[in-house]
Amino acid sequence: MIEFKLPSLGAEMDEGTLLEWKVKPGDPVRKGDVVAVVDTSKSAIDVEIWDEGTIYELVLGLHETVPVGTVMARLLEPGETPEHAEEEKRKRAAETAAAPLPAAPAPAVAAAAAPGAATEARVRISPAARKRAAELGIAPAQIAGTGPDGTITREDVERAAATKAPPKDRWSEMRRAIAAAMARSKREIPHYYLATDIPLAVASRWLAERNEHRSVTERVLLAVPLLKAVARALVRYPEFNGHFRDGAFVPGAGIHLGVAISLRQGGLIAPAIRDVDALRIDELMHRLADLVARARALTLRSSEMTDATITVTNLGDQGVELVQGVIYPPQVALVGFGKVTARPWVEDGKVVAMPVVTASLAADHRASDGHRGALLLAEIARLLQDPRSLDDAAH
Amino acid sequence: MDETALRQAVFATLHRIAPEVAPGELAPDRPLRDQVDLDSIDWLNFLLGLHDALGVEIPETDYAALVTLDDLVAYLRARVA
Repeated sequence: MIEFKLPSLGAEMDEGTLLEWKVKPGDPVRKGDVVAVVDTSKSAIDVEIWDEGTIYELVLGLHETVPVGTVMARLLEPGETPEHAEEEKRKRAAETAAAPLPAAPAPAVAAAAAPGAATEARVRISPAARKRAAELGIAPAQIAGTGPDGTITREDVERAAATKAPPKDRWSEMRRAIAAAMARSKREIPHYYLATDIPLAVASRWLAERNEHRSVTERVLLAVPLLKAVARALVRYPEFNGHFRDGAFVPGAGIHLGVAISLRQGGLIAPAIRDVDALRIDELMHRLADLVARARALTLRSSEMTDATITVTNLGDQGVELVQGVIYPPQVALVGFGKVTARPWVEDGKVVAMPVVTASLAADHRASDGHRGALLLAEIARLLQDPRSLDDAAH
Repeated sequence: MDETALRQAVFATLHRIAPEVAPGELAPDRPLRDQVDLDSIDWLNFLLGLHDALGVEIPETDYAALVTLDDLVAYLRARVA
């Protein structure tokens, strides 16, 4: 039997509310299938499954809010019978119940490591009360039980509904999530900052020529070669690509760029495009346009929320020239691009008007040093002088 | 297509990208992108929407001439069948 638990949906997003099941008992699922839609503080997220099997039962009810790690559904492994699953379930329930009560309060770390078990053991609720709680959109974990052994009764649910806080406001929730992640970043990460000006005459000309005879449906934005150059440079400087966990840097398994996207209603989100170093320019443009459209429509996938190994923020042509970014934990670096402007530039001993972008790096001093950071920015600048080579799939 | 219908088509396309903007709030003779805060992806999506709705292809080299709503409507009028 496989227990499908609510996955992590990004730093400081510790709970989710089930909006919709995309599967029902008996449905076969494969790796990467979207099985549920879960609301987080930032957006509704399509939650993917990473196991293969058949849906056996849906544990979580609609509108229930639960912490990350809570069992949402149970699946039969390929070849497993329902009888075997029932037996497994009984065994696991018995283990949970038989677990010795700690003499002293359990350390917070242990509780955080097994939130699913803790929640299931804690909440006793009658079937009628569970149904009513789901209808009212109240998480059983938030209701005080007055029945035998603290079991939550239907009356408890009604009482909780009467005193329930008004529905969460998405905007203030998003502010809360951003505040928590950014405060953690500034509290924990010793940032250092570097910046350099990159001339873009060659890249702009290459792009203009490329776009000239193309329909608007096939046009590529300057953001695309910028993203590609960052990914390519990270191949040479891998200490900026990955996560800082438990006191050590863990290199990323691939180069997955989190793209900072501002939302029209306020706030921002930085979902990932995977393996950017291996994508051709047209494919990357397609992925970027799709990601921005889905971020704005709030239909992102769970893996996109947690896969990023570094973030790139692009202020675009309406912004300012320089950004000094705040790293999104547990990542260790953020590359920023300001607005491209024509500036005086010395070339072959003459001052010319040059389109220039200021590229900046905010990096975690625990994982890298300024000298390597400077080399990373210099490599990005170098790659952008040969934009044609950025279109290669291999490197 | 007359000018009123054309303006409506432009507003409908804009609304899909920037739903918070009411057409009445826009000054047709002031730079559109300053009023609506369209970034380069929004702008591209806006042109894609116009392309789908009206069948007009706007080359990148013409972007500089399309600053205000009036500019855009005049440009489209000359090209819509």
